[in-house]
Amino acid sequence: MDKKTFNIILTGVGGQGIITLLQIIDEAALVEGLEVKSSELHGLSQRGGSVEAHVRFGKKVFSPMVSTGKADLIIAMEALEALRESVKAGKQTKILVNEYFLPFLNSLPKEEILKQLKETKKNFYLIPASQDCKEKLQNEIVCTAYLLGYAVGKKLMPLKKESVMQAMKNMIPQKYLDLNIKAFELGHGN
Amino acid sequence: MKKVLLGNEAIVRGALAAGVSFVSGYPGCPSAEIGDEFGKIAEANGVYAEYSTNEKVALEAAIGASFSGLKSLVNMKSFGINVCSDSLLPLAYTGTKAPMVIFVGDDPSCWSSAQSEQDSRGYAYLSHIPFLEPSSPQECYDFTKLGFEISEKFNIPVILRVTTRVAHQRAIVNFEERVKSEVKGEFIRNPHQFSTMPPRVMEMKGELLEKLKKIEIFAEKSKVNFIINKSASSKLGVITSGISYMHTLEAFEEMGIQLPVLRLGFFYPLPRKKIAEFMKGKKNILVAEELNSYLEKEIKAIANDMGIKVKIFGKDILPEIGELNTDKILSATAKIIGKKITTFKVKQINLPRRTARLCEGCPYWHVFPVLKRIAPEGTVFGGDIGCNMIGALPPHNLYDYLFDMGAGLGISHGVKKSTSQKVITIMGDGTFFHSGIAPLINSVYNKSNPLVIILDNRITAMTGHQPNPGMGKNLMGKDAPELSIEEIVKACGVKNLKVLDPINMPEFENTVKEFLGKEEVSVIICKRICALLARRQAKK
Ligand SMILES: Cc1ncc(C[n+]2csc(CCOP(=O)(O)OP(=O)(O)O)c2C)c(N)n1
Ligand code: SF4
Repeated sequence: MDKKTFNIILTGVGGQGIITLLQIIDEAALVEGLEVKSSELHGLSQRGGSVEAHVRFGKKVFSPMVSTGKADLIIAMEALEALRESVKAGKQTKILVNEYFLPFLNSLPKEEILKQLKETKKNFYLIPASQDCKEKLQNEIVCTAYLLGYAVGKKLMPLKKESVMQAMKNMIPQKYLDLNIKAFELGHGN
Repeated sequence: MKKVLLGNEAIVRGALAAGVSFVSGYPGCPSAEIGDEFGKIAEANGVYAEYSTNEKVALEAAIGASFSGLKSLVNMKSFGINVCSDSLLPLAYTGTKAPMVIFVGDDPSCWSSAQSEQDSRGYAYLSHIPFLEPSSPQECYDFTKLGFEISEKFNIPVILRVTTRVAHQRAIVNFEERVKSEVKGEFIRNPHQFSTMPPRVMEMKGELLEKLKKIEIFAEKSKVNFIINKSASSKLGVITSGISYMHTLEAFEEMGIQLPVLRLGFFYPLPRKKIAEFMKGKKNILVAEELNSYLEKEIKAIANDMGIKVKIFGKDILPEIGELNTDKILSATAKIIGKKITTFKVKQINLPRRTARLCEGCPYWHVFPVLKRIAPEGTVFGGDIGCNMIGALPPHNLYDYLFDMGAGLGISHGVKKSTSQKVITIMGDGTFFHSGIAPLINSVYNKSNPLVIILDNRITAMTGHQPNPGMGKNLMGKDAPELSIEEIVKACGVKNLKVLDPINMPEFENTVKEFLGKEEVSVIICKRICALLARRQAKK
């Protein structure tokens, strides 16, 4: 990759597996010999509220956090959270959105969320990761690996497929590895 | 070894590399990964690890270990230091025998803290204990080792003050393998050192202050207080610490400038000479510190004492509330050096807030709505710390006050004594063992009659599902005596007591109604396992 640091924001709802996704990206960057820093939240913030984690990699990284407007890629695990984060997307920011809705009290209807997403005129990639995983793999949770596969396949993220595969092997317990690799391939080929 | 580690994992590695043999603590955010990790690996590494009943007890356990010759690590979140402070202050006086490092995790911006945006650095002044502040996971590792070194050299505990953005930061860390250390110590009698009693206690204070002078000399030479970009322009110099150092460098990178920076790894004692040297000849100084203005005040005093003419900026251009970030430091720097910057404008959109919520199937879903429905008009509700805090949020909006662990019942007693209103007060099982028993005894002894609901979900849930004394397991996964909350409540003299499963609604409702009419304090123990824990156990 070139000199510039690559900035990713991961967003979604506590409990959606954001930290696992972050760990795989971190590890893949390490495999590629890059410097990497990331920042995550635990505790109360993980109890079903909105969560945001940051990953930065490149030749030299100082702060573990992405400055407002400086993200190259936002991966949103949920549509309303994508909309919430979209206000911090700059011109260069690509937003990969899992077309998935976790409603809550006073939440917006699906159609409204999709409409508002379109209205922001930001650079969205809306994909049915959860749905695809549920249909083809009978497991929604692995949509994180699916999204990662998609991001790598479409070159939304400057990490090689092999590095990410290696990272998954290093980070994911044997029991769940196969399923995650399948989800990754599914997203990658999409 | 080289791996991506979480700041807290790096602390564990650092302690292992320093030869730690005794680990005690109490879970919280952002510290729990330390205790949790030791729970998993302690046995294989010949280390003893426990979650104690609270932070005060945890510190005392480590003091015992230290006096017996074992290297110890204590771990807690910010608020834990309040709880253990009563033992912390005399510990500074006695000093340690074997080295001790105390980890305190602060949480600027209150990402996972309800009660206050605490800046624990203030305890340095109260206790006279050295404070170190790492800026990265690598420094978490290095500073833990350094902490043990300083503690060994000066026979004083060392506090590692780490914030969320460092403790929960992942980065590449170079580390070494574990160093074997003592497993069994020996307590050798030495009341001269270990007992604080007048007149000796005053002498000990003198010894402590002497030690601090030596530690300050050590700090002056220490590599953890360093200067970068020394030769660069002297219009402005930045003095910073912790994560703010990283944000400062990032801000410089974004602005394409290089200004001199003094990074302080020691918060206490400060290398006063080094700070003075750094300030000399500069026109402006920016103190980039998070939360309180401790450094700024010290630095202003140093400039004043040493007659250094320099303009010092701090909380006048950086916020005292909330964590700092690159953007905030960038605009403060730009303001001082008069550089025009374009900031990214966030277009506000109005979206419904997604707050924390109870998990699906959480036992508390069976408790909060019932209480709300059947409590008579005007009933006062006391909340406490844990997943039950979520009862303060919509759709429950239950609580009238929410403080710190165990405080719900303590305050409820006062309300009950002062009014003729009904009071219902809630606490978790973990909190009961941590600090709920003393206020219960107070209610019995001083005769008030709140209705206490103990939510016994069989675990300390909010902080990541840690064991507590009511579960029959300890941190290292071994069988432990299962303390019965019911028996303890009885022994405290509570007459009106019922243990029930809240899913049995009529029984719960009737008991609440009955107990609200009692003249003495009453307790309902709602016993039903945390749904998340149950699902996890089913998976295994
Ligand atoms: C002095 C202090 N130590 C630690 C914490 C961190 N903390 C927040 S919630 C909580 C768990 C309380 O457990 P429990 O009472 O069992 O409630 P649950 O989460 O299971 O509902 C702890 C330890 C704190 N807030 N204050
Ligand atoms: S973790 Fe357990 S106690 Fe906490 S909200 Fe979820 S089910 Fe309830």
